[in-house]
Amino acid sequence: MTSAVMDAHHSEEHHGPAKGIRRWLYATNHKDIGTMYLVLSLVMFLTGGAMALVIRSELFQPGLQFIAPNVFNQLTTMHALIMVFGAVMPAFVGLANWMIPMMIGAPDMALPRMNNWSFWILPFAFLMLVATFFMPGGAPAAGWTMYPPLVLQTGDAFPYLIFSVHLLGISSIMGAINIIVTIVNMRAPDMSLLKMPMFVWTWLITAYLLLAVMPVLAGAVTMLLTDQFFGTSFFLAAGGGDPVLFQHIFWFFGHPEVYILILPAFGVISEIIPTFSRKPLFGHDSMVYAASSIAFLSFIVWAHHMFTVGMPLTGQLFFMFSTMLIAVPTGVKLFNWIATMWRGTMTFETPMLFAIAILFLFTIGGFSGIMLAIVPADIQYHDSYFVVAHFHYVLVPGSIFAIMAAVYYWLPKWSGHMYNESLGKLHFWLSAVFVNVTFFPMHFLGLAGMPRRIPDYSTQFADFNSIASVGAIGYGLSQLLFVYVVIQCVRGKGAKATSEVWDNPKGLEWTLPSPAPYHSFEVPPKVSSESAFS
Amino acid sequence: MLRKVYLSVIGLLGASNASADWTLNMPRGVTELSAETYALHMQVFYWCCAIGVLVFGVMIYSLIRHRKSPGAEPATFSHSMKAEVIWTTIPIIILLILVVPSARTLIKLEDTRKPDMTIVATAYQWRWHYRYQGQDVAFYSSLARTSGVARRLDSSIDPFTVENYLLDVDNPLVVPVGRKVRLLLTSNDVVHSWWVPELAIKKDAIPGFMNETWFKADVVGTYRGQCAELCGMDHGYMPIVVKVLEPQAYAAWLASRQPTALQSADTN
Repeated sequence: MTSAVMDAHHSEEHHGPAKGIRRWLYATNHKDIGTMYLVLSLVMFLTGGAMALVIRSELFQPGLQFIAPNVFNQLTTMHALIMVFGAVMPAFVGLANWMIPMMIGAPDMALPRMNNWSFWILPFAFLMLVATFFMPGGAPAAGWTMYPPLVLQTGDAFPYLIFSVHLLGISSIMGAINIIVTIVNMRAPDMSLLKMPMFVWTWLITAYLLLAVMPVLAGAVTMLLTDQFFGTSFFLAAGGGDPVLFQHIFWFFGHPEVYILILPAFGVISEIIPTFSRKPLFGHDSMVYAASSIAFLSFIVWAHHMFTVGMPLTGQLFFMFSTMLIAVPTGVKLFNWIATMWRGTMTFETPMLFAIAILFLFTIGGFSGIMLAIVPADIQYHDSYFVVAHFHYVLVPGSIFAIMAAVYYWLPKWSGHMYNESLGKLHFWLSAVFVNVTFFPMHFLGLAGMPRRIPDYSTQFADFNSIASVGAIGYGLSQLLFVYVVIQCVRGKGAKATSEVWDNPKGLEWTLPSPAPYHSFEVPPKVSSESAFS
Repeated sequence: MLRKVYLSVIGLLGASNASADWTLNMPRGVTELSAETYALHMQVFYWCCAIGVLVFGVMIYSLIRHRKSPGAEPATFSHSMKAEVIWTTIPIIILLILVVPSARTLIKLEDTRKPDMTIVATAYQWRWHYRYQGQDVAFYSSLARTSGVARRLDSSIDPFTVENYLLDVDNPLVVPVGRKVRLLLTSNDVVHSWWVPELAIKKDAIPGFMNETWFKADVVGTYRGQCAELCGMDHGYMPIVVKVLEPQAYAAWLASRQPTALQSADTN
C-alpha cells in the first residue's frame, strides 16, 4: 500500500499541480484542500461577522432603528450557524489538512478523494443556507439550537436548513474519518502515539468526538423534518411527543461540539508556546490525558444547558457535579502551559501574543463557566447576556484567536514568506482590546437581567450595550487588517522564510523547506526524540 | 374610568425603584432563595477572582521575568509528577467547597410542597396568561401599550421617554407578601421561560408539560422580568411584572378581579 501511494506521488511530482480551476476542483493534495478550507473559513468568518455587526448596530441603543424583530432573529440564528459550522470548524479542518501530514511525516492525507468531497460539499451547503434569506418567510430564526416547536414555524427555509445541516454533518464525518485514518496509519515509523505533537493529539480526539456526535445531530434534525412533513410527533406535545427530548438530543451533540471547537485550539497553542518559550511543552503526556478526560466528560454534561427545563433534582445535581469536574482537566492544561513558559526565554511574536491572550481570556471564559455550573446561580444566568459573554469569551479569544495564531505561526511555512510582523502585532492588539470592549460588558448586562436574543431592550441596559457595539465595530474592522496581512504575505511581499522560520522550533514540519513541497514527505523521516514533539 | 385605572397603575409601577439598582451585578432580590443565590454567585465569583489573581499573577511575573534577555538560557525541565498532582488536587478541593452550599440551595429551590397559593401561568406567543387556582380570577398580561407603540421600527418615540420601556404590562401578576406562591408553568405554543431576576426564578414554559417552581417575596414592591427563551418574532416583547402587595391590599385586589366585581365596574 505504501509503495503504491509513493508511486502515485512520484508520477504526479513530474506534472506538479494541475493548472487553473482544475487544480482546485479536482484537488486531492492536502495542502490545496487545506488552503480551500481556510479560504472558505475566512469568507464565512467575514459573512458571519457582518451579520454580527448588523446585530450590534441594532443594539447600539434602545428602540428599533434598522431591522424588524424577525430579521433580527434570522441574523442571530445565521450568525451562530455560520460561525460555528462555517468559520471555526472548517478552519481547524483546514489546519489539520495542512499540518497533520507534515507533523507526522506523511506524504499526504490517507483518503485524498474523500478529502476533496468533504470540502466541496461545504460551499454548496452554505450557499443553500445563506439563500434562505431570500425565501418566503426568511432565513431560519429559531436560534442555532433549533428548538421545536419554534423551529417548525420556519417558513420555506425549513427543509433547506435541515439539509444544509445534514451536508455539514456529512462533510465533518468524512473529514474526521480521514484525519483518524491518517493519524493512525501514516505516522513516520518510529513516531509512537505518545510522541505525537499535541496538535495531532487534540485533533485525533476531536475527530472521534465528531464521529460520535455529528450522527446524533443528523438524527435530531431528521426527526424535526419528519415532524414537519411526514406527520410524526417526536417533539410535538399535541401528538404525544416531547419538545424537551429534542433539547436532550441536541445538547448531547452540542456539548461535545463545544470541545470540537476548542480542543484543536488547545493543540495550536501547545505548539506555539514551547516554540516562543524555547522550552519543551511541560507535561506532554498529562496534556494528552487531560484532553482525553475533557472529551470523555463532554458526553456526560449536556443537560447543564437545560437547568431551567424542569429536570428531576437528582438529574440537576448530577449535571452540576459532572460539569464542575471539567474545570479540573482544563486547569491542568492551563497550568501546564504556564509551566512551559516558566523559566523559558520568551519572545513575543504575533503567534505568541495570540497564544498568551488565549491563556488570559479563555481563562476568564472558564471562570464564568464554573459560575454557570452552580445550578441556583445558573438559573439566574441562563439565557441571559451572561451566557452570551461566556461562550463568546471561549469562542472568540479561544477558538478564533487560536486560528489566527496558527495562521501567523505556519503561514511562512505555507507561503515561503514572512508576514509583516508590525502589522500582525497591530492586528493582535486591536483584536485583544476590542474583543474585551465587546464582550466584557455583556457579563454586566446578563447579571442585570437582560435576556439573550432580544432585538430591543429596556433603557437601563443602554450604556453597556452601546459600549459592546462600539467594541464589535472595532473588532470587526480590525479583522480586515488580518486579511490584508495574509494577502500581502501570500503574494510574497515579505522576506524569504527559512525552513525553520522561528528560533529552533521543534516538530517535523520545520524540517521541510519553506514553502513546503507539494508532497510533504516522500520518504518517511527519522523521528528523534528531539524533533518528535515540542 | 379605564384610563384612570391605567394611569394609576402606571403611577404605581413607576414609583417602584426596583430597576434602579440593576447595574453591574446580579440583584440580591427579595426572597430568601434569591439572597442565597446571590450569596452563591458572589462566593464563586470571589473564588474565581482569587484564582485569577494568583494564576494571572504568576503568568505576568513569568512574562516579565522570563522574556528573552541577552545571555539567558532557557530551562529544560518538561515534567513533574508532583506539580501535576498538586494542580489536579487543589481545584477538586475548591469545587467540593463550592458544591455543598449549591446543592443545599438547589434542594430548597425544588421544594414546592405546601404552597399558600397556586397560580397557573400559560405562555402564548407573545403574552402571559395567569389563572389563580381556587379563585375565579384569570387574565392575560401583555406588553403595556406605551411600550408597544414606542417599540415600532418607525415609531420615532424616544424609548428614554417611556416609563419602564419594554418592562411594563397591562395586567401585572399580583401576589401577597410573605406567602409561598407556587407557580405552575405551561405553554400553548412554543417554549417560553418565565424569569424575574429579583425573585431568582427562571423556569421554562413548555407545551405538554406542567413545570412547577415557587417563590415567597419578603418585600412589597414591583418586580420586572422578561421571557428568557427565544419564542419567535416578539420574544423581546413579553415582559413579566409581579406586584407584591400587603395581604389586605392583595385581598382587595383579588376581590376587585372577581367576575362579579368586574361586571359592575363595566356597567359603570
